Amino acid sequence: MTKNVIIVGMADLNVMRNPGMLTTLGLGSCVGLNLYDPSTKICGMAHIMLPDSKTIKNNSNRAKFVDTATMDLLARMKAAGANLRGLKAKVAGGAQMFALNTANESMKIGQRNSDALLKLLKSLNIPVIAKDVGLNYGRTIELYTEDGRLVIKTIGHGTKTI
Amino acid sequence: MNDFKLNEMHFSALQELGNIGAGNAVTSLATMLGRKIDMKVPNVQVLDFKQISHIIGGPENPVAAVLVNINSENINGMMMFIVELEKSHVLIGALMQRETKELGEIEMSALQEVGNILTGSYLGALSTIFGTTVDMSVPYLSIDMAGSVLSVPAIEFAKVADSALFIESLFDADEGDISGYFILVPDQDSFRFIFGKMGLGI
Repeated sequence: MTKNVIIVGMADLNVMRNPGMLTTLGLGSCVGLNLYDPSTKICGMAHIMLPDSKTIKNNSNRAKFVDTATMDLLARMKAAGANLRGLKAKVAGGAQMFALNTANESMKIGQRNSDALLKLLKSLNIPVIAKDVGLNYGRTIELYTEDGRLVIKTIGHGTKTI
Repeated sequence: MNDFKLNEMHFSALQELGNIGAGNAVTSLATMLGRKIDMKVPNVQVLDFKQISHIIGGPENPVAAVLVNINSENINGMMMFIVELEKSHVLIGALMQRETKELGEIEMSALQEVGNILTGSYLGALSTIFGTTVDMSVPYLSIDMAGSVLSVPAIEFAKVADSALFIESLFDADEGDISGYFILVPDQDSFRFIFGKMGLGI
């Protein structure tokens, strides 16, 4: 039984030591970054809204953006004692919630979020060992410190563990 | 573009607009349902992104959401009408004059149409106030967790505001069984237009 649970809200991030669980509820077009350090069992989760802080003026809320949220989460994990060189990443979310005309660029924000995050993780040499992104439905995600498993729950699209 | 930042005054102006738009929408709904709907004083809220998911029954609460894109000369952006799935049955049932437990294809398209009419009346009020046409797209429906459908307007809002979303819980029929929420998210230029018309700088 997991003792400690932290709910990560929208534009929010947090770190959890073993034993515990980080969760974000109803992830839609936002993208969820999940980091796990197997050596210390320290986990980190960020619930990110937009792909790039540099294209937006109102960027003081750093957890809103892929670039700044990722950097802040890495700093928090390091401060908590995680070994950043051994980190594994799992990415979930980035759905397109409405079947809108995809010619409208701003409507593809889910995909842009997950693309930006995957690209950044690659440039940081953090291996993405699993992902569940895109499609058209919301996800609740739970990241467990014991083994870094990510449980994904949906309405009408089942539950899975990646 | 550089100094774009919404303050308290802008939010109260948006709340006032929300009251007017919502009032118009509720009148349409009452006409549609052929019954009296007493609109409560609309509960207009400005929320932190972290709090957003906790409205409308929590982030995992199943909801039906109708989204329209607004594409016009002066006002662009998106608007959403949201109703808790449980309450959507009541709304559709009242509209179709039969008990509705499951949302089939007909019910879903009826719901889509209700969303279309309500957002249309809301935007119609704004169009009158600002003396400009407001054109909207066809309605799009999503039935999913509240948090995930709310992420769509929240992300749009995140582009122009630091940490808040403008949302209002809306109407409540006299029997207390019909309720819904509207979210209006104008883009940056539209905010400029709206606040300019209201005599507020930005």
